[in-house]
Amino acid sequence: MNKAIVATTSLAGCFGCHMSILDIDERILELIEVVEFNKSPIDDIKKFTKKCDIGLIEGGCCNSENVHVLKDFRENCKILIALGECAIMGGLPAMRNGIPIKECLEEAYIGGPTVQQNHQKIVPNDPELPILLDKVYPCHEVVKIDYYLPGCPPRADLIWKALIALVKGEEMDLPYEVIKFD
Amino acid sequence: MYQTIKIIIDGKECIAKKGQYIVEAAKENNIYIPTLCNIEGVKPKGACRICTVKVNGRLMTACTTPVAEGMSIESESAELTDLRRSIIELLFVEGNHFCPACEKSGECILQALAYRYSVMAPRFPFMFPIRELDASNPKIIKDHNRCVLCKRCIRVIKDDEGKNIFAFKKRGHKVEIIVDPESADKFTDELAEKAMEICPVGAILVKGKGFKKPIGQRKYDLMPIGSDIEKVSKSKKAVL
Repeated sequence: MNKAIVATTSLAGCFGCHMSILDIDERILELIEVVEFNKSPIDDIKKFTKKCDIGLIEGGCCNSENVHVLKDFRENCKILIALGECAIMGGLPAMRNGIPIKECLEEAYIGGPTVQQNHQKIVPNDPELPILLDKVYPCHEVVKIDYYLPGCPPRADLIWKALIALVKGEEMDLPYEVIKFD
Repeated sequence: MYQTIKIIIDGKECIAKKGQYIVEAAKENNIYIPTLCNIEGVKPKGACRICTVKVNGRLMTACTTPVAEGMSIESESAELTDLRRSIIELLFVEGNHFCPACEKSGECILQALAYRYSVMAPRFPFMFPIRELDASNPKIIKDHNRCVLCKRCIRVIKDDEGKNIFAFKKRGHKVEIIVDPESADKFTDELAEKAMEICPVGAILVKGKGFKKPIGQRKYDLMPIGSDIEKVSKSKKAVL
């Protein structure tokens, strides 16, 4: 059997969902028997080297780079899975959505109580930096997403069962306890 | 003595008491019809529409419609399930429901309904409305981001003279729940606790209090909402 090729990325996320992938524990040995990782922080491959079967997306889109990466994933993966609350609904980063971007930046870099060293009152503006979006977008509002695995983080059992079912072409048998939003 | 009548719910013949609301009659026959704004023992309001059923082919709210002889009620059809799912999704996109950061997670009825109906992601775009957190009351915090306007707090929480403590402010899509500042002295600790308890979501929180039960052991963490009524230990399978 050809191994399914999996790519993963963390956009506006905290890497908690990736930690949850690792929480499948020793089953990771079983996993690498059936999948091969491509672009992913797990193997540190930075660019797609071939077309992938499954793309796991952690985090929503908060800046231009997130949108770029997400579109790149859509182009290179047959199936895209939104992994976790941030990818599905923006999550904690989306708590800034009600606050104008200018106020957010001023709070973070100029007027906030933890700002101490920024005497020249500079908001980072290097052209290399990605531009922040007006708000944080869930992935499915940017590209088409095929499956959603909710949770903060999604339970390791949920990720495991969903991935194995997809790879083996079986029906997903997901018990009630594994699908949670918290 | 109650006068009993026969009704049919999803093809099953059921015995109901005359004058009983459909949700209650269904419950006594071990059939769960989902509710969100409804609260037992309090006059129903029909605010959330999640309990919508088809009575002899017409859509009606099961919490406000009394049973009548010869009623044929449809509840668990594909059409109604999709309708209910869309109501849940609308409630999720209309407010700011950040489950991972919510104190009520695991005991929230909105979330429990989303679990039961396998809502993985809403079909509607998120609105991310700008809403305030109102901590002006000395006893409670009112988080308008999470409020679903079910009116439970208005209908249930009354002072010793039977007057409302909670009320609606503003109109239309700007409507929000406030605590009447005039009756602040009559808003006892017990009433504040009760308000938090009957709020189906995490919109009313008592100040200075943590939640005792950890996530993973809460009411809807292990069993789907309604499974106590159905009295069958079924682990509902999700459809992705």
